[in-house]
Amino acid sequence: MLLLIEQGLNGVQLGLLLFLVAAGLTLIFGIMDVVNLAHGSFYMMGAYFAATATAWTGSLLAGLAFGLIATLALGVAIETVALRRLYGRDHLDHVLGTFGLILFFNELVRLVWGPAGLSLTLPAWLSQSVEIMDGINYPAYRLAIVAVSLAVVAFLYVLVMHTRLGMLIRAGASNREMIGALGINITLLFTLVFGLGAALAGLAGLMQAPILTVQIGMGENILILAFVVIVIGGIGSIRGAFIAALFVGLVDTAGRAFLPDLLRLLLSPKAASSAGPALSSMLIYLLMASVLVVRPEGLFPAARK
Amino acid sequence: MKTLANARGVAVVLVAAALVLLPAAVAATGNGFLLVIGTRIVIMAIAAVSLNLILGYGGMVSFGHAAYLGIGGYAVGILAHSGIHSGLVQWPVAILASGVFALLVGMLSLRTRGVYFIMVTLAFAQMAYYVATGLDAFGGDDGLTIYRRSQFGLVDLSNKVVFYYVCLALLAATLILVWRLASSRFGLVVQGSRSNDKRMQALGFPTYRYRLVCFVVAGMLCGLAGALLANHSDFISPATMHWTRSGDLLVMVILGGMRSLFGPVLGAIALLTLEEGLSEITEYWQIILGPLLLAVVLYARGGIDGLLEGLATRRMRARRTAPEPVDALAEARHA
Amino acid sequence: MGTRPITSTGSHWRQLAAAASIAASAVVAAVAPAAAQNAVRIGFVNTFSGPTAVIGNDARNAFELALDHLGRKMGGLPVEVIYEDDQIKPEVGRQKTEKLIQSDHVNFLTGYIWSNVLLASLKPAVDSQTFLISANAGPSQIAGELCSPWFFAISWQGDQTPQAMGEYLNQKGVKTLFLLGPNYAAGKDMLAGAKATFGGKIVGEEYTKWPDQLDFSAELTKIRAAKPDAVFVFYPGAAGVQFLTQYAQAGLKGQIPLYTAFTIDATTLPLQKDLAIGVPGAQHWVNDLPNDANKKFVADFRAKYHRYPSFYGAEAYDVANLINSAVVAVKGDLTKKDAMRDAMRKADYASVRGPYRYGKNHFPIQSFYLQEAVKDGEGEYTLRTVARIVENDQDRYHAKCSMNW
Repeated sequence: MLLLIEQGLNGVQLGLLLFLVAAGLTLIFGIMDVVNLAHGSFYMMGAYFAATATAWTGSLLAGLAFGLIATLALGVAIETVALRRLYGRDHLDHVLGTFGLILFFNELVRLVWGPAGLSLTLPAWLSQSVEIMDGINYPAYRLAIVAVSLAVVAFLYVLVMHTRLGMLIRAGASNREMIGALGINITLLFTLVFGLGAALAGLAGLMQAPILTVQIGMGENILILAFVVIVIGGIGSIRGAFIAALFVGLVDTAGRAFLPDLLRLLLSPKAASSAGPALSSMLIYLLMASVLVVRPEGLFPAARK
Repeated sequence: MKTLANARGVAVVLVAAALVLLPAAVAATGNGFLLVIGTRIVIMAIAAVSLNLILGYGGMVSFGHAAYLGIGGYAVGILAHSGIHSGLVQWPVAILASGVFALLVGMLSLRTRGVYFIMVTLAFAQMAYYVATGLDAFGGDDGLTIYRRSQFGLVDLSNKVVFYYVCLALLAATLILVWRLASSRFGLVVQGSRSNDKRMQALGFPTYRYRLVCFVVAGMLCGLAGALLANHSDFISPATMHWTRSGDLLVMVILGGMRSLFGPVLGAIALLTLEEGLSEITEYWQIILGPLLLAVVLYARGGIDGLLEGLATRRMRARRTAPEPVDALAEARHA
Repeated sequence: MGTRPITSTGSHWRQLAAAASIAASAVVAAVAPAAAQNAVRIGFVNTFSGPTAVIGNDARNAFELALDHLGRKMGGLPVEVIYEDDQIKPEVGRQKTEKLIQSDHVNFLTGYIWSNVLLASLKPAVDSQTFLISANAGPSQIAGELCSPWFFAISWQGDQTPQAMGEYLNQKGVKTLFLLGPNYAAGKDMLAGAKATFGGKIVGEEYTKWPDQLDFSAELTKIRAAKPDAVFVFYPGAAGVQFLTQYAQAGLKGQIPLYTAFTIDATTLPLQKDLAIGVPGAQHWVNDLPNDANKKFVADFRAKYHRYPSFYGAEAYDVANLINSAVVAVKGDLTKKDAMRDAMRKADYASVRGPYRYGKNHFPIQSFYLQEAVKDGEGEYTLRTVARIVENDQDRYHAKCSMNW
């Protein structure tokens, strides 16, 4: 029982992190209709910026803030310089162009920071366990991640549902042409949305940094998962991304935690440990495929085409 | 067929000659590594040509094509591991297994369009990848070493020169097959379906079936490439099927020029020699390759082949007229 | 064939540039570096990127130090080393190995931290009859049925170190044990080794995804639920840092005793710091072993690089001297491969672990020590020898090797 609660918390935490990455991706895709493979690169850059800043200033909070702002700036820069030329083009062009950006970012990081990667150590007050319930000790830092992510979710909700910008975002996601016809400054809107998406991905990256190491290519695995999330959730829908992300996070964690044990009834521990994660990863893709069969546009598609 | 006088034709002839004469160059310079790279280029060219069949002609953007390289490779690897070394068993199994997988993927994915199609093909490739990493008995993530190459009796594949020519012959055969398919009625229907599927259906063609067949053929050809790759490396691992490898294949096709027969070959040569050559100059070569890809996407949409064609186009521009859908439609109806 | 879209007005320059760059790359790739016959060419395949780059750098530093000590010559010939990065990937390591053999014509291959990279790279070396001396990885397959006259291990066979740990746990009276390690060849060997000698009950055996998985929350939860007397882990490099950090974060440190192999070493100690104190490990070499070669090695390493060397460094240092002993024995005539093999079999050089000998599978027969982390006089973290656990220990796979000499 306690095991279930702890694993449940782990799953929620992973899901929330996935949501941060997926939210940006689904916004960019839904509003600008751009398949941005380089989204994982913002995740990586967020972590690198934060790790570097923390090492310079000695303060974790300063480092995190800097990481966030720097990634936002980077997103805006990339949109202005490169990505806006891809609007209106075929998805294949997007795929190829942003694939090229991934290569570029990976090498740039290698050039500037070297191949070895960085680490971000936590201050003592975050490195301990908190007893959240009788007998359950949960690492304080992971609780912090959950708290911050939920705060971001709330912020996004308020932004999208209760502000003018949010209204434009929702409108743009369901009908892009109409927004242009209404005389809104599309260029600015797109740049802002892209920057927001990049910042969200960067936030996810820098929050993960103390748990995993900061290294080249760290965004690629999460990118694929994020794509699965937005396809399941429905492209352009933040609500869909939230639900799908939690679902995927829970399934992935449960798979990693419980599948090997189940398989051990049939296979040796080594084989079960290979097959377990493999099966749970496959589970996520099967989930996506089944959702697409039943609802080809995802669970909560934003666009009414 | 274009006359040999134009740049594209010249390039094709030069490249073909270089490929055929490569072993002689190796014998002259004593650099055995050239043959290793050359064989790898030829094998990847086969894979790229197979992707072009569905991507260039069919307009189906598959982000999971590397899965067939893996399936073909594992067919050879698993059979070799189990003591079955005959190429006459291994290679047909590789091709067949790839065909079956392509059929499954195609049946599910061809019902979707656009980015959903891309995602579904990616998803299936990832599933194949994870199955391979879970195969503990066959090395899982560590991969599987292949201790004996496919046995074909008289033809000794462990001889590097012989193996190279076998691959080259298979590349030639693949090109001929794709050429025949593309210019046949079947191919024209597929191309017409790429530009306007509803119109083709209105004409009475069951486009879903045509595209599915095209998808399966492409998968089988790539499976053959996978079997060759496993022989070439004496090794197979799930990394061969990783989605970034599918990305590499897409890059080869786009770089070389989609919708042209020889383009993917040029693309494979370009990408792999760039990798080798640039990495000698600087170890940060991908910093050049990345923006180069973006530039190709933005400004040189037809890839290398398009660039070469451009040299001739400047002179022949006046003669280019009818947009392709009408051509394909008309020809399909009267073929 | 379909018609292709008319290209936008690409300038002739762009087209020529594209063609020229491709041609140039092809030419550069084709121009073979002239294989200098009058040098000892060594290919060094290790990890120089990603979080475990620190291991590759340590090994490279030690190797370079050894070459400096040898005056950068072996048997009168100058030494050339070519370093290649395997990126922890078996297929990349294999490709680099092939390139070193085919393109750079090396006489010796060495390095190979990771067992899976080594297993993938062995065939090209054996096929081309190039000596491969593993500076770290010691997979059970190569100690057994895959043993080869072209392969030597400088280090150990993967099971031996955890086997020693298992013995120690028995001595300490541990009754129930939880095993945790990464799911690749060495990880499996490590846990298998601990199981082979441990006399009590195994209450958990978990494998994590390698090298991606650095988040052990699910496994730590299971450890807490199983309540074992002790936990044994194997997590090299950055994973070792992460594991100890998370073990402490989960509140398990101090509650359930932790024992390790290859998890705490001079590369990870600076990051693990106090987390490593009180966590014993087993090793075939510790930096305070009292032989002359070791004292010189550690002192010069500290002087040159301002850190303590890790066992990866100690192994690389030994490789250089082993190769030297072979080249000296044939007086620089590198074509006499059989004579070089005979020389290496004698292990007749001053190893920093002290004298040892080779079993018939070309794996060392040697002692294993218990080590623990302490702070030295200057406040730096280092390891010290606590006791010798076993002596003249041979791996348990040598019977499967069909070589006899």
